[in-house]
Amino acid sequence: MEQEYTITAFTENAVGLLNRVTIIFTRRHINIESLTVSASAIKGVHKFTIVVNTSKEQAEKVVNQIAKLVEVVMTFYHTNEQIVYQELALYKVSTQALLDNKKVEEIVRTHAARILEVTPDFTAIELTGYRHEIAELFRQLDSACGVQQFTSSGRIAIHRGKHEILTEHLSELAQAHGGQSIEMVSEKAWE
Amino acid sequence: MEKITGGEALLLSLIEENVDTIFGYPGGTIMPVYDEMYHYTHRIRHILARHEQGAVHAAQGYARVSGKTGVVIATSGPGATNITTGLADAMIDSTPLVCIVGQVGAPFLGTDAFQETDFIGISMPITKWSYQVTDAAEVSQAIAKAFYIAGSGRPGPVVIDFTKNAQVGRCDFRYQKCSFIRSYVPVPRVKEEEVAAAASAINEAKKPFALVGHGVELAGAEKELVALLEKADIPFGWTLLGKSVVAANHPLNMGMVGMHGSYAPNKKTNECDVLIAVGMRFDDRITSNLNAYARQAKVVHLEIDKAEISKNVKADFPVLASLKESLPLLTQAVAKAEHASWISSFKPYAEHELTKVVTPQLHPSSGDITMGEAVSLISKKADGKAILVTDVGQQQMVAARYFDVNLPRSVVTSGGLGTMGFGLPAAIGAKVAAPDREVALFVGDGGIQMTIQELGTIMQDDVGVKIVLLNNSFLGMVRQWQELFFGKRYVATPMVNPDFVKLAEAYGIRGRRVSERAELEAAADEMFAHKGAYLLEVAVQPEGNVFPMVPAGASLEEIRFE
Repeated sequence: MEQEYTITAFTENAVGLLNRVTIIFTRRHINIESLTVSASAIKGVHKFTIVVNTSKEQAEKVVNQIAKLVEVVMTFYHTNEQIVYQELALYKVSTQALLDNKKVEEIVRTHAARILEVTPDFTAIELTGYRHEIAELFRQLDSACGVQQFTSSGRIAIHRGKHEILTEHLSELAQAHGGQSIEMVSEKAWE
Repeated sequence: MEKITGGEALLLSLIEENVDTIFGYPGGTIMPVYDEMYHYTHRIRHILARHEQGAVHAAQGYARVSGKTGVVIATSGPGATNITTGLADAMIDSTPLVCIVGQVGAPFLGTDAFQETDFIGISMPITKWSYQVTDAAEVSQAIAKAFYIAGSGRPGPVVIDFTKNAQVGRCDFRYQKCSFIRSYVPVPRVKEEEVAAAASAINEAKKPFALVGHGVELAGAEKELVALLEKADIPFGWTLLGKSVVAANHPLNMGMVGMHGSYAPNKKTNECDVLIAVGMRFDDRITSNLNAYARQAKVVHLEIDKAEISKNVKADFPVLASLKESLPLLTQAVAKAEHASWISSFKPYAEHELTKVVTPQLHPSSGDITMGEAVSLISKKADGKAILVTDVGQQQMVAARYFDVNLPRSVVTSGGLGTMGFGLPAAIGAKVAAPDREVALFVGDGGIQMTIQELGTIMQDDVGVKIVLLNNSFLGMVRQWQELFFGKRYVATPMVNPDFVKLAEAYGIRGRRVSERAELEAAADEMFAHKGAYLLEVAVQPEGNVFPMVPAGASLEEIRFE
């Protein structure tokens, strides 16, 4: 059965790694719904958050193949129930239209969206939420005053588990290699 | 200390990694490296191939026989793209390679400069790791990492894209071997509970059957495997690349499994109660239809690569570890057992195959020479001691079936990728790795012409390979499929061939063509008596087929004998 899975990969900051990761999806003809790459809490470690619609079996195989990449520290996958996740969206509407239609302000309030910037020409609105909430705000704003520009980010997520799997993994590795701290290990690897 | 060039740093790094042989081909962007080689000819032997594809396949043959990492050097652009087939082949067959390719100077990257190609991009899906060196100071670290990654865990090919400015730039040379990369755990730690679970499954088995793959050879765990099989009395079949893991004449050896494997081990895969897969990846040429493959069996899978476990066949008892570690632990944990009646139940199937296929192949009374009789005669002459190299196609399958090898690391063939043209250059590499052993190459008239230019390499470097060309004037395996599955419509398979013996002679290689059964033995004797390379062309049955055969996608039960 296909469903949404969020795949998380912690990686070294290496040139071309993004390509190596995405190839694994394209090979299996799995479309990436959303992809976010950013720094993680640990110095020098990057975090890929990838959302795909696929079966559990495929998700598992893909995770194993990503984990196998030399520069990937760790990979896992979660269902939506296992994570806290959000996306960020920006909307641009005409300031005049906003002033003309009082409903717009009400829409912004009921969605707990924020107004980021107001100029004589446009107003920028921000919403953090689930994709369906972002879509709903778009629908309402668009019908109330017309949305001039819209963009939304990929998903970011943290899992609901008690333990920070990555930190534990890195400490274990560090211990196995002479008890250096995590940062020390990283320097030694390339020195 | 005086600074040296990046090119010299590369050669010194290779020497630090105990490299004494390189297969390569020079060109514009790699010339500074070749220039430095001028001063290191006493330390490193460079074998000049006639095409970069030849160089990379030779390095693969070298790596497979020696157990060392094969090294290839080529120039940028076409030089690099010409090695891609070898990279793909080495990737799927887990062969350790370090391929150093030239690249335009860093300031020209991305400008479509002369002979620039994004080789890191091109090679990404078919390399274990790749790295672009843009500064001479990076050379030693990059090479150390390259060798560590190529050779550790499940081996594979690595590409180092070496920009010209980094080759001529200067650096201090300091070498430190790499033995740890935090994001890379090549050998998973063996879990005692996994071993215990696998052992109890094996102990409960009444009809255990093992599948032996290339992984055993890569781990150097041949003896450890035999200890397990003998203690628990487990009959086994082998994959194409696992052929030389256990000697052909071992009493538990039931033969090859898969599409052209033997009847008994294929049949018994679907009868056993516990299937023990050791260092193999359940390729579709082994399993055919997965929905009808070993459904009755509990599957024990010993593997080093987690991504292989339950990829194709669900493992009930995975043991994720180096075979060198897991096999002895498993042997310790299993009870001594005897499965005499199970083992003897293989016999009727083997006899059926003998009557239906083997005897007519190996001992035909009349008609054209068969591929099988040529292979088996040469096998007899080689006495189990030669290294077997094959190309891809019918001769490959016939050689796998009828050429006996009794020594480890003695089979070099393109398994996963099925690369025609692999054989001749791979045989060169095999012979360079083991100059004191006979190397017998079986190749077809199609495959040899894909890389026939490497006869020049044999001539120049005096590489004494014995080339057995089984010539049926067809692209034989494709023709066999056309005959069996495409209504005998022969499209693009008949071959009009050159005079191969004359061609060999032009390269200074002794040759002989045999078309009469009576001449075959004398010709084989002449070949092995001759010092140096020899081409024995055998004109075989034009429309000979390889049987048994499990048609692609069929179940193992649908094995065909004709």
